Amino acid sequence: MHNEFKVVEGDFANAGKASSEIKKTLKQLNIDNQKIKKIVVAVYEAEVNAIAHAYGGTIYVDIDQEKIVVVVDDVGPGIPDMDKAMTKGFSTASAKVREMGFGAGMGLPNIKNNVDELEIKTEVGVGTEVKMVVNFQ
Amino acid sequence: MKISEIAKILDARILVSNSNLDSRIKYGFASDLMSDVLTLDEEEIILITGLCNIQTIRTAEMANINCLLFVRNKQASEEMIELAVENDMIILQCEYSLFKTVGLLYERGLRPVY
Repeated sequence: MHNEFKVVEGDFANAGKASSEIKKTLKQLNIDNQKIKKIVVAVYEAEVNAIAHAYGGTIYVDIDQEKIVVVVDDVGPGIPDMDKAMTKGFSTASAKVREMGFGAGMGLPNIKNNVDELEIKTEVGVGTEVKMVVNFQ
Repeated sequence: MKISEIAKILDARILVSNSNLDSRIKYGFASDLMSDVLTLDEEEIILITGLCNIQTIRTAEMANINCLLFVRNKQASEEMIELAVENDMIILQCEYSLFKTVGLLYERGLRPVY
C-alpha cells in the first residue's frame, strides 16, 4: 500500500494531518496499538520538523505485511551538524515553532526512540530526507 | 480518579465530552512542551496544559491521550473542538493557574507519570 502527503512550509494548522491519516489506516489494518503510537509519534515529529524548518516536502508511506516505511523528504536548509541535531535540547527552531509547543530539541531523539530503523540523508542548502522503518512484529 | 471528579475539584467547564465523564484517569501530566508529551508510554492520562492550539489536540491524538485540561482560562478554537470531537476526546477548561490546578489534583490523589 502506497500513499503520499504534501507538506507546506509554515502550515502549522495542518501539521499532523498525514500522521492522523496514517494512524487511521494502521487501525483499519489491526496493527497493535502500541506499534501505531510509536509510528505516528515519529511521523508527527518528522512532519512538524519539515513544516518548521523546511520550505515544503512530501511524505511517502509504504505499508506491507511486515513493516511500514515512511520517508519525509523536504526541500530546505538541510542539517549542518547531525550530531548536534540528534542531541536532546539542541534546537534551531523559530519562536513560532516554540509557540506551537515544539522546538525544544526533542524531535529527532524522539523519532529515534520510536522507530526500528532511522536513516537521515541531508545536504546543506538542498534538503533533508528522513527515512523511518517500524516492523510490525 | 473519575474525570467528572476532576472537573468538580477544579470548577472546570466541560468543552467537549463525547466520551464518558465517569471514565477513570490514572495519571496526570502537565506540560506546555508537546515533544515531552510525545515521550510518554502511559495512556490513561489527563494532559494538563496552558498551550492551547491545534497542535495540542494533534499531540493528544498521536499519544492516545483522550482527556485534556486547559488551565489559565485558555480558550479552545472551533477547529480544536472539531478535532477533539472527531477523536472522541474530553476537554476541560479551568480558570486556575497550572500550579494551583496540579496542586489540587495531586492533593486529591491523582498520581504523576513520573
